[in-house]
Amino acid sequence: MEDAIAVRGLVVDRGGRRVLDGIDATVPRGSVTGLLGPSGSGKTTLMRAIVGVQVITAGTVTVLGAPAGSAQLRHRVGYLTQAPSVYADLTVRENVRYFAALHGRGRAEADRAMTDVGLASAAGQLVGTLSGGQRSRASLACALVGEPELVVLDEPTVGQDPVLRADLWARFHELAAAGTALLVSSHVMDEAARCDRLLLIREGRLIADDTPAAVRAAAGVDDLDEAFLRLIRAGEAGGPAGSAAGEA
Amino acid sequence: MNPRILAVTVARILRQLRHDRRTIALLVAVPTVLLTLVYYMYVDQPAVPGQPSAFDRIALVMLGFFPFIVMFLVTSIAMLRERTTGTLERLLTTPLAKTDLLFGYGIAFGLAGALQAAIAAAVAYWVFGLHTAGSSGLVIMIAALNAVLAVALGLLCSAFARTEFQAVQFMPVVVAPQLLLCGLFVPRDQMAGWLQAISDALPLTYAVEALQEVGARAEPTGTMWRDVAIVAGATVLALVLAAATLRRRSG
Repeated sequence: MEDAIAVRGLVVDRGGRRVLDGIDATVPRGSVTGLLGPSGSGKTTLMRAIVGVQVITAGTVTVLGAPAGSAQLRHRVGYLTQAPSVYADLTVRENVRYFAALHGRGRAEADRAMTDVGLASAAGQLVGTLSGGQRSRASLACALVGEPELVVLDEPTVGQDPVLRADLWARFHELAAAGTALLVSSHVMDEAARCDRLLLIREGRLIADDTPAAVRAAAGVDDLDEAFLRLIRAGEAGGPAGSAAGEA
Repeated sequence: MNPRILAVTVARILRQLRHDRRTIALLVAVPTVLLTLVYYMYVDQPAVPGQPSAFDRIALVMLGFFPFIVMFLVTSIAMLRERTTGTLERLLTTPLAKTDLLFGYGIAFGLAGALQAAIAAAVAYWVFGLHTAGSSGLVIMIAALNAVLAVALGLLCSAFARTEFQAVQFMPVVVAPQLLLCGLFVPRDQMAGWLQAISDALPLTYAVEALQEVGARAEPTGTMWRDVAIVAGATVLALVLAAATLRRRSG
């Protein structure tokens, strides 16, 4: 089966600066792919290009077999922006039901999405009165409620406590097992270990595209944090960092 | 455009408004307070025989102004909020069409404007004895049309504002010239030619003329219907331009 996402030679300039500089990457279906990199490395811009809201300078982005952003994909892709993009003056339930309705889903799917993110008990609360972590889970529920084939999540677990984070990751793997492709960005390395595959970007370039085990092996250390540091240093020195670090 | 998505979007916008009790209270109360001020300003002015009283003349046009000013501001801020909170970007990745969103705002705030106009008209007619030759229903219809025009202009202008500070600055730019030149302060035929030319190009001019027609004639006139058509046409034009300036992709 074709990949969920295929990015070829993607270049993006924003505000006169080259934010993505020739990215080649694929994201398979039925798995959780982690997009990791320091803040400002271009993670959000890459995700925006994939969901089709980013003006791109060069290259192609193919999503579920169609050019990113094409009309037929709007039913099939779910996007969680980094800042929680939900209506603060609506309740959690009203928000989730609205986004459910946009995707042609009903109340049952909305209830399910709220339960999945642990907000069933806060369903009647105005989003404006929620904590930061709850608010971003409300936003996550709105991204998942359409039961999309591809889910693009920009830092979904920021501000969540460890128990909730574990629950959310378990849910992501359930979705992957059911055939959904997930692309999840994070800058927390302990989350990288939970992914099936990793994309590491730095300063707009891809410096690793492999499984967590292969990334560890390539860097010659067990700790992913340390492995990434070594890959980054090797990249800065201009030398090869092992087989995992493609010259993307 | 998808009727189901349009309907849920209208419902969502009205729900947001319903949660904001203070805004609803202001929408309802402010026109009444201002009409009271105008009533007492002119209550002792001698009426010219054969002419409508100053209150009748001014209150009638004010009924058209309230929804125009308020809905322009409300829409500019609401749309800017969609942009700055990221909900707009998210909506544009969903099956929602741009026109679903724009017409959703037009319908939802148009209804709110119609409600405001109806309440203000009820106060003007029943409390302050406003007299118009034509029917009060036509007055409310024209006021509601003004609300939709203001929503359309607000949606268009919000594309050119990046911050709330900029958005509110569009109110004097877009609204004030239309109020000044609509013919309420100086009759249009007494204006300098170039002012009249500007006045001719501003949609509120026709809304005010339509209201004045209702004030002066018992039956709806051809001029009134022509004016209503012009305001409706300007509304559609502004909505089309707003759709054209709303981009799914940004830099």
